[in-house]
Amino acid sequence: MEPVIEFKDFSFKYRAQTQPTLRDINLSIMPGEKVLIVGPSGSGKSTLAHCINGLVPFSYPGDMTGTLRVGGKNPADIGLFGVSRIVGTVLQDTDGQFIGLTVAEDLAFSLENNLVPQEEMFAKVDEVAELVDVKKLLENAPRELSGGQKQRVSMGGVMVDDVEILLFDEPLANLDPATGKRAIALIDEIRKNRKSTIIIIEHRLEDALYRDVDRIIVDTVPDELLVTNVLAGQGIREPLYITALKHAGCNILAADRPQHIETMKLDNYKQPLREWFNKAERKKEKNKSVSALKVEDLYFSYVSGRPVLQHIHFDIKKGEMVSIVGKNGAGKSTLSNLICGFYKPGKGRILLNGEDVASLSIKERGEKIGLVMQSPNQMISKPMIYEEVALGLTVRGVPEEEIKERVYETLKICGLYPFRNWPVSALSFGQKKRVSIASILVMNPEVLILDEPTAGQDYRHYTEIMEFLKDINENLGITVIMITHDMHLMLEYTDRAIVIADGNLIADDTPARILTNEIIADKAYLKKTSLYDLAVSCQIDNPSEFVDRFIAYERQQRELRLREKSTKISGF
Amino acid sequence: MSKILSYEEKDTWIHQLSGVTKLIFFLLWCVVSMMTYDTRILIFMVLFSLVIFKISKTRWEQVGSVFRVIMVFLIFNVVAIFLFSPDQGTRIYGTRTVLFHIAGPYDMTLEQLFYELNVVIKYFTIIPTVFMFLVTTNPSEFAASMNKVGISYNVGYAISIALRYIPDVQGEFTKIKHAQEARGIEMSGKASLLNRIKSTSSIIFPLIFSSMDRIDTVSNAMELRGFGKHKKRTWYMAKKMKKNDYLIIGLTVIFAVAALVFTFADGSRFYNPFI
Repeated sequence: MEPVIEFKDFSFKYRAQTQPTLRDINLSIMPGEKVLIVGPSGSGKSTLAHCINGLVPFSYPGDMTGTLRVGGKNPADIGLFGVSRIVGTVLQDTDGQFIGLTVAEDLAFSLENNLVPQEEMFAKVDEVAELVDVKKLLENAPRELSGGQKQRVSMGGVMVDDVEILLFDEPLANLDPATGKRAIALIDEIRKNRKSTIIIIEHRLEDALYRDVDRIIVDTVPDELLVTNVLAGQGIREPLYITALKHAGCNILAADRPQHIETMKLDNYKQPLREWFNKAERKKEKNKSVSALKVEDLYFSYVSGRPVLQHIHFDIKKGEMVSIVGKNGAGKSTLSNLICGFYKPGKGRILLNGEDVASLSIKERGEKIGLVMQSPNQMISKPMIYEEVALGLTVRGVPEEEIKERVYETLKICGLYPFRNWPVSALSFGQKKRVSIASILVMNPEVLILDEPTAGQDYRHYTEIMEFLKDINENLGITVIMITHDMHLMLEYTDRAIVIADGNLIADDTPARILTNEIIADKAYLKKTSLYDLAVSCQIDNPSEFVDRFIAYERQQRELRLREKSTKISGF
Repeated sequence: MSKILSYEEKDTWIHQLSGVTKLIFFLLWCVVSMMTYDTRILIFMVLFSLVIFKISKTRWEQVGSVFRVIMVFLIFNVVAIFLFSPDQGTRIYGTRTVLFHIAGPYDMTLEQLFYELNVVIKYFTIIPTVFMFLVTTNPSEFAASMNKVGISYNVGYAISIALRYIPDVQGEFTKIKHAQEARGIEMSGKASLLNRIKSTSSIIFPLIFSSMDRIDTVSNAMELRGFGKHKKRTWYMAKKMKKNDYLIIGLTVIFAVAALVFTFADGSRFYNPFI
């Protein structure tokens, strides 16, 4: 059989760069294979995807050496449009991929461009809508759809072309865990029905492995890959149950099929795991009692009688690190909008340090409660780093001298001091994120609210940002609230999670207990953690305690590693 | 958010007409209205456009705010004509019937009043038709129609894609504005006008940068799905021309020709009641 995609000694260098992004790639993918490509940001996996779908070299020019065949043809000969008949791409940003004014038009977009007559289009759109289960939504506009529905439309939009190869660029990045799980299942179904070749690029390995894949590229069979330490070395998160077993000192064998926790053979691992559980230390309870942000019976609605939020009640203590979780559209952002004063609550009170904030203006609240938006591009408005960080102080009329002092101090905390005279545009995405956090920190807020702080970041950058936030939390005593749907984040870095579903607060508990509670996880579109399944399969009678101990152990390990690193740096 | 001047699906025969028909009607209607100053034709046109406005079941909330803005312009227009050219009416109609003296060179003449009345009526012949056209034509279908009357589909699609992303950009704008307000940049009436103008830059730049990200994604997505591949494209939303469409186009052409013949029959575009 001929491979459907074949790279031979392939290298590629973007025109604007001095080093090749891809070097000596040799890769063959056979028709009908389902392949997962993993790698941290900057590893070149997006570039590899662009080579497959033709954006390289047609939209992003550069120098290529070696050979590349897509569907047996040379992309350079058939052009971008030729490649698009063979490879269908579903982009990470499903919002951006949605072009039509309605679902039906978006599904038809490619047909329109290929001059398909209208009657034929109607039939084809109906057929595809059935396949990706959006039949009832055909008349809807994109803003009326959820993230998962938009993604299904995107999939349909590329499948109308009868492409041989479906390429998914980080399909899980913008979805809540349960929706992500469904997306992976749908991809699997499509592959079974249409016998298409599937290529998934993703760094959320555990989630992507929810259904079988044939091959993971850092070139190995999944079961074999999981038993090695290649992933961690590459800055990719291995599935948590694998990590747990490794902590327990187990030597995992590929023969036990570790690809899925549900079907993995655990007989040889039960004993060591239970022993480890009994030995492992309990999590240290931190005692925090002073209230920082208290919300009492909050109610909000745009249209009276249809509450977006109701009966919201919680009390966040000073110095806590808390996550607010729930599916897209559950009311999380509305909550942060209410806290910051952008909206006025219909009922209820918000108390900061025991005082009602209702009378404070947005600006006054902004000095005490800092809000960091998801993308730094949504915040940065000055060309220079110094100016950007100083902005909040400048508009408040703080004297020049004091501004300078406070900005420098903040830049030092954020590790940006060496760049203080740089333009913002010279920074990487992660550094820009830090600038946006610094521009809020400079005002000495008591509470910091972050909207999806790690969205679109790979494990390495994710760790970097989260360690930084933890540092701020511990050393400066700032209360940190994170709005997220990343379960790793809530599990690893927060001691408490507030779960919102359909405008109601349905849980306020430790992440370990929430992620081991099936009912809550279902309602909030979260997913039970695989650690829970592992604990249950190994007959550990208190799964949430197991998760707690696992996290405590992980944190300890991470601190040790970090300490080692810092002594290595300063130890001479 | 209220949907001003946006398409709303309703079941009237005007909604069912093809966009091409409505576009042709609209263009010819405007041409006639611009050419003629014959008061009798203009009055007929006002009445007729009010009737079709009614038939199209357009609600006041859909168009009210825009209507008010147009009214402000209309008043400006009328006052300005009088200020700059108080004797325009006399020049056109040849007589001068002074009603009363105002000041300096300004007399209020019957001819001037009549002339300006014609200007006002012209506005009212077009306003309901514009509204009717915008709220009864599906934007995608409109793009398809433009393409059919010979305008490149790039133009039509640019409009359609703008409509697609306006709500997204609006949402983004509100988010950015909020975040900047929290940082202390005053946008409300409390700040002086100059300060407000200055601080808009702190919204505009982030908005531009995040929109650039979006543009990059959108254009890639469009290209990956074959946009721009052929000189032509087909349209999912295109409506077939039916009997009614041909009928309306026919009637419109007949009306336009008749109205212009009638107007220019006496060699002037003005109807003169003063002789």
